[in-house]
Amino acid sequence: MPAACSNRPPCWRKRMSENNIEALQKLAKPHYEELKKLDFQLKPAQRAKIPLQDMPVQEARLRCKNTNEVALGYTPMQAVVEANRCLQCKSQPCVEGCPVRLPIRDFIKSIAIGDFAEAIRLIKVDSLLPAVCGRVCPQETQCQVKCTLGKMLKDPEQAVSIGRLERFVADWERSQGKIEPPLCRPDSGKRVAVIGSGPAGITVAADCRRAGHAVTVFEAFHKFGGVMMYGIPEFRLPKAIVEAEVELLQRMGVQLLPNFLVGRTRKLQDLLDKDGFDAVFIGIGAGLPNFMGIEGEHLIGVSSANEYLTRANLMRAYERGKAATPIIEAKRVAVLGGGNVAMDAARTALRLGAEEVYLVYRRSAKEMPARAEEIHHARAEGVQFHLLRNAKRVLGNAEGRVTALECLCYELGEPDASGRRSPVAIPGSEYVLPVDAVIVAIGNSSNPLIRQTTEGLEFNKWGNLVCDEDGRTSLPKVFAGGDIVLGAATVILAMGQGRKAAAAINKMLAE
Amino acid sequence: MIIEPYTILYKEQLSAHVYLMRVKAPHIARERQPGQFILLSIDHDYGERIPLTIADANLEEGSITIIFQTVGYTTKQLATLEVGDELAVLLGPLGQPTKIEKLGRVVCVGGGVGIAPLHPIAKSMKAAGNQVICVLGARNKELLFMEDNFAAFADEVIVCTDDGSAGRKDLVTAPLKELCQMDEKPQLVVAIGPPIMMKFCVETVRPYNVPVVVSLNTIMVDGTGMCGGCRVTVGGETKFVCVDGPEFDGLKVDFDGLIQRLQAYRSQERRQEEQHACRMQQQAAVLEKKNV
Ligand SMILES: Cc1cc2nc3c(=O)[nH]c(=O)nc-3n(C[C@H](O)[C@H](O)[C@H](O)COP(=O)(O)OP(=O)(O)OC[C@H]3O[C@@H](n4cnc5c(N)ncnc54)[C@H](O)[C@@H]3O)c2cc1C
Ligand code: SF4
Ligand code: FES
Repeated sequence: MPAACSNRPPCWRKRMSENNIEALQKLAKPHYEELKKLDFQLKPAQRAKIPLQDMPVQEARLRCKNTNEVALGYTPMQAVVEANRCLQCKSQPCVEGCPVRLPIRDFIKSIAIGDFAEAIRLIKVDSLLPAVCGRVCPQETQCQVKCTLGKMLKDPEQAVSIGRLERFVADWERSQGKIEPPLCRPDSGKRVAVIGSGPAGITVAADCRRAGHAVTVFEAFHKFGGVMMYGIPEFRLPKAIVEAEVELLQRMGVQLLPNFLVGRTRKLQDLLDKDGFDAVFIGIGAGLPNFMGIEGEHLIGVSSANEYLTRANLMRAYERGKAATPIIEAKRVAVLGGGNVAMDAARTALRLGAEEVYLVYRRSAKEMPARAEEIHHARAEGVQFHLLRNAKRVLGNAEGRVTALECLCYELGEPDASGRRSPVAIPGSEYVLPVDAVIVAIGNSSNPLIRQTTEGLEFNKWGNLVCDEDGRTSLPKVFAGGDIVLGAATVILAMGQGRKAAAAINKMLAE
Repeated sequence: MIIEPYTILYKEQLSAHVYLMRVKAPHIARERQPGQFILLSIDHDYGERIPLTIADANLEEGSITIIFQTVGYTTKQLATLEVGDELAVLLGPLGQPTKIEKLGRVVCVGGGVGIAPLHPIAKSMKAAGNQVICVLGARNKELLFMEDNFAAFADEVIVCTDDGSAGRKDLVTAPLKELCQMDEKPQLVVAIGPPIMMKFCVETVRPYNVPVVVSLNTIMVDGTGMCGGCRVTVGGETKFVCVDGPEFDGLKVDFDGLIQRLQAYRSQERRQEEQHACRMQQQAAVLEKKNV
């Protein structure tokens, strides 16, 4: 096996604590005192000198044995100190980077003076799911990459921690007791059907309900929340947060129907023609997992990350002895891919008792699409990265169970059209990694069900729904947004598209 | 729009390990077509989702009929539920409906609990104007069920048991072969049953150039095409049984791969049943103590 393949961080077991809460609070304290002394009136140069506040996390050696949330969130003092690093730029480049253009500078200003209530109010004008987005948005490629402070300090990692601050105020709000549902306009007599309860669907349901329309959400699964519920694990996004958002919809008067697969339980067109809905929003997500198409992919022990994570999260297979749903039990696991889904699968495998977890990714660390924080956490927990490697075939025994993965080494070639240097296989560099499970996390195609069962809807060659800026599809009264339009994307983009579609639906229904 | 609770309206034991239930589900009864199935679970949080074919539907009652054999954890638990109890999850109808058309002579082969999903298909084939010959197989007389339901519409019903306790002492492939050898070859064979039976039916039919449709029952999680747990190889391509199936061209199905993948969680399932038995014993012990 090539030496470069094993790059497990050498010291992860020895380090006693990684960002423990007391230590971090102690670090923040003198800065907080100083801020108070200055009555929070600082010059930009002084602000730039305040050190970045790290977020407390569960210790790596403990957390990879439990399913509790890894990141613990800022303390109020830390949040205030971090917020005071913001330079309050006139041009607000951070807002440019945000897909829904949250008033970042302004909410940070409120946090900086300790007005958390105002901060969350400002966020909620544009975002419905701040507790989720603060946790799962790829801030380092959106708002934080544009941040003036990061540029000034010549290190994007030194940007203001916008995501952590967003998370902090959202959690603060929940900690203050029951959240009041937003006011809804008087009943309009119009009815909106929302298909899918992921971030796109939740957003449309809330916005249309607020405009006074009766809203019904149809969800195929028995629980609501889409990928936030079945895909993203508890240790990264506690399910209680998603459940609270869903409950809020219920309290607003949105009707939520589980176990309802539009296309099969009822045709989409029938919702409009026979069931009296005035508009339909399609937010069914990406669905259909891709496989590698290599030898041995049907062996026992090979599964898609979607299947593995759904068994673990939604079906609670991690609660052994309680859950009826089985899950692959493996000591050595290979995960194929380099995105958030791959990181989640790898870290879930650790928590389910795997001793060795290898992440096999075709490009180098720089190209990994996963959030920087997840890559960092995965490494700290002991996931071993096999970069510039790709799976060639899966090997199995006579019973058809996986025994090993044969990998091939790659090197980076010339940059392609997108500017990324594409990996080129090194002939003869095959090596065998003994494993008893292989989890495939190389992306999704779009689910064909609605396409198969609805006439007149236009899809592109990748199977994604074609719509205009406002989410209008080729069928009258039918709108769409989220992963089914974008391909596998992000929570914030799904929410952003939901917002636009809801505005268009509300406008149509007002006419 | 309201979804009523999935209440069990009727329960009957058809044979040693086979049960029939009618469950309230007007929205599924309304849309279902022959060949389609449902996914159910009996516990909202900790249940497992299992696929079962819809054997029949009653629009008046707003119910669907499921017929299942107690093989794994969930089917055994399901069998302990009674009329009035509710299922936690019921999703359907799923899968592509059977293509029903007038072809001429259609042979329908059902083995074991596969006899149940065969029933609505055979009946619709008859209604479409076909001559329908049904071959029903079971290990013995006790395990056989529904033969009267088939006799009510079929042009001919051939029963086979392994021990000869009912009908012919033969495997279903024997009469199937005879039917293929007749001058008037069948235009279509439909085979539903244990994978190994379907495999042998396909091999029996293959030399006679008769199309054969099989209905596959794999492990499933979501039933919507999202997880890929139900994948099989058909004609060298990966197909998802829940959205592309459950019916496929039998001549193209990789049965060995299918049979292998069905074993994926067997050891865990066995342990689970043991654990469950263990918990039941503990509960019994607690109850006994209380009584003392
Ligand atoms: C493991 C994993 C980790 C991720 N990590 C991140 C991350 O860190 N950050 C980030 O921003 N994004 C992440 N993503 C991506 C993000 O979750 C998605 O982009 C987002 O959830 C898409 O939202 P959506 O509303 O379009 O669809 P989804 O969340 O996919 O929801 C669609 C819902 O529709 C239901 N449905 C489908 N078909 C039907 C039908 N016919 N009838 C009724 N209901 C139907 C589905 O069951 C599902 O509940 C991750 C995704 C995965 C899988
Ligand atoms: S770019 Fe950075 S420093 Fe400037 S306002 Fe936005 S968060 Fe603050
Ligand atoms: S059961 Fe998940 S894709 Fe078919």
